[in-house]
Amino acid sequence: MKRLMSGNEAIARGAYEYGVSFASAYPGTPSTEITEEFSKYEGVYAEWSPNEKVALEVGIGAAVAGAKALVVMKHVGVNVAADPLFTVSYTGINGGLVIITADDPSLHSSQNEQDNRNYARFAKLPMLEPSDSQEAKEFIKHAFEMSSKFDTPVFLRMTTRVSHSKSVVELEDRVEHEDTLAIQHNPQKYVMVPANARTRRVEVEKRMLELRKFSETFSENKIEINDTENGIITSGMSYNYTKDVFPDYSYLKLGMVYPLPVNMIREFASKVKKIYVVEELDPFFEEQIRALGIDVIGKEIFPYTNEFDPGVVQTAIMGESSHKEGNVTVQIPMRPPNLCPGCPHRGLFYVLGRLDAFIAGDIGCYTLSFMKPLEGMDSCICMGASIGMAHGMSHALKEKGKGKIVGVIGDSTFIHSGITSLLNTAYNNSNVVIVIADNRTTAMTGMQDHPATGTTLQGRKTKELNFAALGTALGIVSVRTINPFNIKETRSVMKEELSKDGPSLVLSNAPCALLRSKQDEKVTPLRIDPDKCTGCKLCLRLGCPAISWKNFEDLSDTLIQKKTKKQEGIATIDPSLCNGCTLCEQLCNSGSIEEVQTNE
Amino acid sequence: MSNATKSILLAGVGGQGILRASDILSQVMIEAGYDVKKSEVHGMAQRGGCVTSHVRYGKKVYSPIAKKEDVDILLSFEKLETLRYLNFMKPDGTIIINNTEIYPPSVNLGESKYPRNVVEEVTRHFNDVRVINASDIANQAGNMRTVNTAMLGALSVKLNIGIKIWEDVLHIAFPENVFKENLDAFNLGRNA
Ligand SMILES: Cc1ncc(C[n+]2csc(CCOP(=O)(O)OP(=O)(O)O)c2C)c(N)n1
Repeated sequence: MKRLMSGNEAIARGAYEYGVSFASAYPGTPSTEITEEFSKYEGVYAEWSPNEKVALEVGIGAAVAGAKALVVMKHVGVNVAADPLFTVSYTGINGGLVIITADDPSLHSSQNEQDNRNYARFAKLPMLEPSDSQEAKEFIKHAFEMSSKFDTPVFLRMTTRVSHSKSVVELEDRVEHEDTLAIQHNPQKYVMVPANARTRRVEVEKRMLELRKFSETFSENKIEINDTENGIITSGMSYNYTKDVFPDYSYLKLGMVYPLPVNMIREFASKVKKIYVVEELDPFFEEQIRALGIDVIGKEIFPYTNEFDPGVVQTAIMGESSHKEGNVTVQIPMRPPNLCPGCPHRGLFYVLGRLDAFIAGDIGCYTLSFMKPLEGMDSCICMGASIGMAHGMSHALKEKGKGKIVGVIGDSTFIHSGITSLLNTAYNNSNVVIVIADNRTTAMTGMQDHPATGTTLQGRKTKELNFAALGTALGIVSVRTINPFNIKETRSVMKEELSKDGPSLVLSNAPCALLRSKQDEKVTPLRIDPDKCTGCKLCLRLGCPAISWKNFEDLSDTLIQKKTKKQEGIATIDPSLCNGCTLCEQLCNSGSIEEVQTNE
Repeated sequence: MSNATKSILLAGVGGQGILRASDILSQVMIEAGYDVKKSEVHGMAQRGGCVTSHVRYGKKVYSPIAKKEDVDILLSFEKLETLRYLNFMKPDGTIIINNTEIYPPSVNLGESKYPRNVVEEVTRHFNDVRVINASDIANQAGNMRTVNTAMLGALSVKLNIGIKIWEDVLHIAFPENVFKENLDAFNLGRNA
């Protein structure tokens, strides 16, 4: 049977068909749907772990017990999981362990653009890279086979375009494997004290040699000889882009991106006159191929930054494009993403942005609040950085920073990597107010559950982490709870806590506007009475997508009276977008915002 | 069947059902015997930001995204968004515009103006331009969430695909309780 599938769905399908029944992951675009889709198959175990390091350790445990384990994360997740990663490379695994790294060239939804092929080389692990969904499904099987055969974790690298493009996939049945699960004791292999690790270190180099040999015959490293003038060495989505514009060139398409098939590369080089290395981000192949003494054309014509497309490849190889861009004379306003109407982050960040304080922020939907008009965030480095940065700043600034430093972090992000830094604020006592923007979900990546939501990935009810009790247990004396839809309360609690000595924890509690349970609630939208609105624009300071400004000259209703001489227009609310959160009503000082009257 | 790969670009704003529409379109092309690849945006881009989906079909498709000046049909769900992608269009390409305005944040804040002359600007550069009122059609079909099927109806006129294929795919794509509304919207879009 044939089906149109995204690369991510195909990975999940391939793992299922191969008989994999264990997956652990932390969400992160563009990897999230792999685990979500996998978790739906019959008879598998899949979990959201609190972060990628835990997810990998969970996967290692399962693999050492003989399971075939899939561990999934986005590119920056591998940074978090790097500690176990570099050493599991030494121990090897018993069953099977495949780690998906989903890279994000062009930073569609990421804080950086790192090229995780470098991790394969750094941690001495093999890495495969598919170019479409059918390959994604096949490569995950190859990856598990290699993992068992060479007793090694195997990387499978996706990029956003492969993860989120859909193409046709041929479905197959699941193969059941015999049960090899058992407790096996092998401390020489798994207890990485120096003496044992030195021995394993040698094994790693032996394995690398074997993997190099294997790469020469690996079925997914393919040479296609056509035109012998021009040869392309490439992998993944870049293959498609290049093939699209240069179908007649010769190709060495690398399904295995580390280690490289050296003999195959030499053979290819002997058959074509000129070689272009087409790879997004780092000159990963290029540098290794040049080190073989083979002359290639690479980053001198191809960009280091951003994902490619067929046009980028064509322009690089053929020279300047003939595009007559910029012939549109109309100014096109940007359309950046925005917090949803009724988002609980809006009220919180409206208040934070108006405190005389440095707001050390973090990653999540709420990061969008750094933009106008909220301007409620001063920094965002990586998940969890808010609390550590606020603490460091407080100690560096001493009296100068007193009452002026806030760290703000989402619930999922706090669980991911904020708990230890909150402990640090108590242990090394700093004058910071840490706010957990608890919207009861991982909203940014599409509403995943986490340890404080009371539900697991596979929908089971479970224990709920209690943030207040946790804060107290970590040694935070002042723990407060606020409703971010109440601007007055939020402001006064923040001011009180900022005036105290020592760290405080503020729990900003209100569910995400998109949470399904919330959507079932009946909402009463608000309206602005045009006869009362004075055009003061206070409500516009919320940046709510439901509120818009209308100049008088653009209004069809000419009966509206100006309340002041200077009034230029009025604000209006789109009732189809408004969900009645009342923040604007709280800001309005002309009393012109009221509930829409329904005639029921 | 022509061997050349054709490209359709669907563009608009998060929440307009663009990804659903491109899934349906892709499935139609598969049923019609083509190889198909499509691309989507997920994640950050969906919080009210721009959304695009390229659908490419032909005998054998490599890239899921089209290069500039290579798109045959632009199906634009929002007026202003049309302008953002004109540089992707073949000079003789077809443009179908939904006559809907969704204000970006800077316009809501009164800091920039929503351009008043989008359609004029587009017709200055392209000959084959159609404007349809997909929201009115959706309203007429009795379900405001059928804007995307209305747009597909308008698109279907430009593609040489049997109506039976469209109907079958729509039937599978929608649950029974909303199928009729979607089929109505599709047919109204087709005749608009
Ligand atoms: C190491 C790492 N893993 C995953 C991500 C992707 N990611 C960014 S923010 C985030 C969680 C957001 O959830 P939360 O903190 O609850 O904030 P919300 O979006 O719900 O407001 C995730 C998973 C990342 N940027 N870095």
